[in-house]
Amino acid sequence: MLKNWQPICSKDVLRLRAQVLADIRCFFLERAVLEVETPLLCHGSGTDPQLDFFTTEFSFPPSRDTLFLQTSPEFAMKRLLASGSGCIYQICKAFRNGESGRFHNPEFTMLEWYRVGFTLPELMNEISELLMILFKGRRDLNSPQRFSYQDIFLRNTGLNPLIFSYPDYCDYALSVGTPEAVSLCGYDHGLWLDFIFSHHIQPSLGQNAICMIYGYPACQSSLARINQDNSEITDRVEVFINGVELGNGYYELTDVQEQCARFDQEIAYRQEKKRPGAVKDEYLIAALEEGLPECSGMSIGLDRLLMLLASSETINNVLNFPVTRA
Amino acid sequence: MASYSTNEFKSGLKVMLDNDPCAIIENEFVKPGKGQAFNRVKIRNLKTGRVIERTFKSGDSLESADVVDVAMQYLYSDGEFRHFMVPDTYEQYQCDEKKVGDASKWLKDQDSCTVTLWNDAPLLVTPANFVELTIVETDPGVRGDTSGGGGKPASLETGAVVRVPLFVQQGEVIKVDTRTGEYISRVKE
Repeated sequence: MLKNWQPICSKDVLRLRAQVLADIRCFFLERAVLEVETPLLCHGSGTDPQLDFFTTEFSFPPSRDTLFLQTSPEFAMKRLLASGSGCIYQICKAFRNGESGRFHNPEFTMLEWYRVGFTLPELMNEISELLMILFKGRRDLNSPQRFSYQDIFLRNTGLNPLIFSYPDYCDYALSVGTPEAVSLCGYDHGLWLDFIFSHHIQPSLGQNAICMIYGYPACQSSLARINQDNSEITDRVEVFINGVELGNGYYELTDVQEQCARFDQEIAYRQEKKRPGAVKDEYLIAALEEGLPECSGMSIGLDRLLMLLASSETINNVLNFPVTRA
Repeated sequence: MASYSTNEFKSGLKVMLDNDPCAIIENEFVKPGKGQAFNRVKIRNLKTGRVIERTFKSGDSLESADVVDVAMQYLYSDGEFRHFMVPDTYEQYQCDEKKVGDASKWLKDQDSCTVTLWNDAPLLVTPANFVELTIVETDPGVRGDTSGGGGKPASLETGAVVRVPLFVQQGEVIKVDTRTGEYISRVKE
């Protein structure tokens, strides 16, 4: 008989999760944000070159379709927004292949919400308010901090993240004891930013406080809009507490041409890197053609949030059955 | 030679890095939500004993190192080399003093220890976790003093010096934890 049939997380954590979910629902109910559910199994997938998806076969003889388990509910929620849903939120499972570690489980719980008419600063206010409510009485936090990506990068490393200077980046890597970055990152500016940010900046962000980093370099824009006043940066925000990346938000891209171009770029990049082929979500493109309202959206990994609330060192301790026991 | 990908980097795995045999200590998966996945790995160089941190792109791999730990009996020192024997096969290995390093102060003839072999040549020697050694020199203490406080240095037959309680006398055999260098107890002969 298997001995590890039991859940890993404690009963206290089970209760904490239930309370946090209830608090989130209460928060959005008070603000008249509609709770929705969207499919986890879809015909299209995200094209993000850094995310791997799970596929499965839908067997319905004589047809047999390949469906994708969603890496986030973003596309379906944007279709709802384009159809006139107004502000919406969702708490759902998301799936990312190949991710497992102290902060990763291939299946995890995500909170995602969209605010019609919100700009990025307005969304950031709401993120703070929600997190302060969720931490209240559970763990004391210092006052929230906000830095632009450029400021925090410059302050921590002396480097300008918007301008790629290969010799400066190499010198920095050597001076802080990560010489391997030179061969690992080569001339790939985006990769250098990922390396330096995750190794030398992120760990110190938000010491017992909410820390929001906004204004990411345009090369890291993902699905965010390019900033109106400065085309070198993008209206994207990331939230950290105690060095843990909790979530990611955008002033959403509504331009269908631009969205199609980014999809094609990412699909080409995936082919070049020989990663599993992604299928462009034509439904999303059709919805964007119809018109996505001006909006901002945010997603938060709830398991990591629970890790912080429960002072847990690993994600497994807040899951009942992590992938090794599922 | 087999190779291991970052997902297989478990604690204790022996791999080749920069042409040296190394052991994985810790492996952390680091992935920005929208960025490249890395593995930040803590590795011990088995030749130098130094611990370093090194980052790999997730999915990269390292060659395995032909490193094995073998239980052996320490035989003797000829001044330049220490000699060891595998008890089952009587196969003998010699290891120069420099490589034996700190372990030498715990090695007594006939005692068992672990010799780490790299490509069948000794790489390092690890004494047993607990050894029993005779005190060759220590100040006379106060008989009847059983308090833990204070203590005094005692030289052991192998050259190691450990702190022992005041009541422990010269000529007595004591049990020592070689990982911490701490006195554990007296051994009744």
